[in-house]
Amino acid sequence: MADQGKVDPMHQFEVQKMFDMFHVGNHEVAFTTSAMWMVVAGLLLWVFMIGGMKRQLVPGRWQVAVEGFTGFISGMMNANIGPEGRKYTPYVFSLFMFILMLNVIGLMPLGLFGVHPFTVTSHFTITGFLAILSFSIVLIVGFWRHGLHFFSLFVPHGTPWWLLWLIPVIELVSFLVRPFSLALRLFVAMTAGHVLMKVFASFIIDGIAAGPAVGLGVGIPSMALMVGISGLELLVAGIQAYVFALLTSLYLNDAVNLH
Amino acid sequence: MPQISQFAESWYAASQIFWVLLTFGFVFFVIGRGMLPKIEATVDARDRKVADDLAAAKAAHAAADNLEESYRQQSDASRAAAQKAVTDAKDKAAKDAEKRLAKVDAELADKLSAAEADVNAARTSAMAEIESVAAEAAGDLVAKLSGVKVAAADAKAAVKAVLHG
Repeated sequence: MADQGKVDPMHQFEVQKMFDMFHVGNHEVAFTTSAMWMVVAGLLLWVFMIGGMKRQLVPGRWQVAVEGFTGFISGMMNANIGPEGRKYTPYVFSLFMFILMLNVIGLMPLGLFGVHPFTVTSHFTITGFLAILSFSIVLIVGFWRHGLHFFSLFVPHGTPWWLLWLIPVIELVSFLVRPFSLALRLFVAMTAGHVLMKVFASFIIDGIAAGPAVGLGVGIPSMALMVGISGLELLVAGIQAYVFALLTSLYLNDAVNLH
Repeated sequence: MPQISQFAESWYAASQIFWVLLTFGFVFFVIGRGMLPKIEATVDARDRKVADDLAAAKAAHAAADNLEESYRQQSDASRAAAQKAVTDAKDKAAKDAEKRLAKVDAELADKLSAAEADVNAARTSAMAEIESVAAEAAGDLVAKLSGVKVAAADAKAAVKAVLHG
């Protein structure tokens, strides 16, 4: 190979088949690296939540941590939707915790232990599935609660009558864009962050390959930047999970309270 | 970009959707629907307990305030009663003393007037005796000096005239 030292920053996003399972039509369903990390995330989350199930009046540290997360989401639902938001807290909480867990697992330096780390949320098949799920719930709740009156969402309060031909079109488009923006925001943020880290890492490797002077000159600043970016990515992992849950709760608010 | 290029592989999309459905379904039904409500119930119960305890503490505080107030009122009342009893007793004692003093005064005044009467009587009788003694002495003196016997009645009249002016 001509470019042996070169690091392909996209290779990390490749899903690898671990073993075949069964066929649906002519589609094969396999257990993949992506599936493995989703199972791991689900199990870790389950273990984490078990620690909060002691149900003590005076909670221990673990219970406080779990109650901190649940209180965060139920507080958000309460603030955005009101008392009726409690009904949807299980969904938004699951969404938030699942995405957060997948984002954080993707950032763990598991390569050091010989495991191939993989960020499940960097695939828009996954984020798209979750976004369409959220969007479908919004549609179902909206039409179930308000019937055809749900369409009044496209005519905001205070719309002048002479703009009635334009505003609903704009509102409809912005409404229909929601699942795409929801899915793409998370996918792009995760992908971009991981590409960035891989690129800086490749600078260090390429620098060292070019000799000690270049290696030190390029490697040390790159390493410093890597440390900063790693911290930033941890922040992004939390923020993106929060944004996904927050937007879902805001969209649910439209469906529950219309305006 | 594998996220796009891997769509070409027949297993990619199906596996991704199948596994996210399965794992997210597990997270939603077991964790979201199963565990979250219990944790929220614990938090709610704790919040309610704290609120109840605070209310109970507030009520106890108010009760203590009431108790203190009634105690204060009671002690004020009993202090006033005690003061009244003391004043009454003082008044009564003063009245008694006055009465007794008046009685003693009256007795003393009686005794004094009786004694005065006695003294007056004694003085009159003493005066009468002095008159008769003086008349006798005057009669004796006249007889000794001049040898003239003076009649007792004359001597008496002369002494009376001298004594009474």
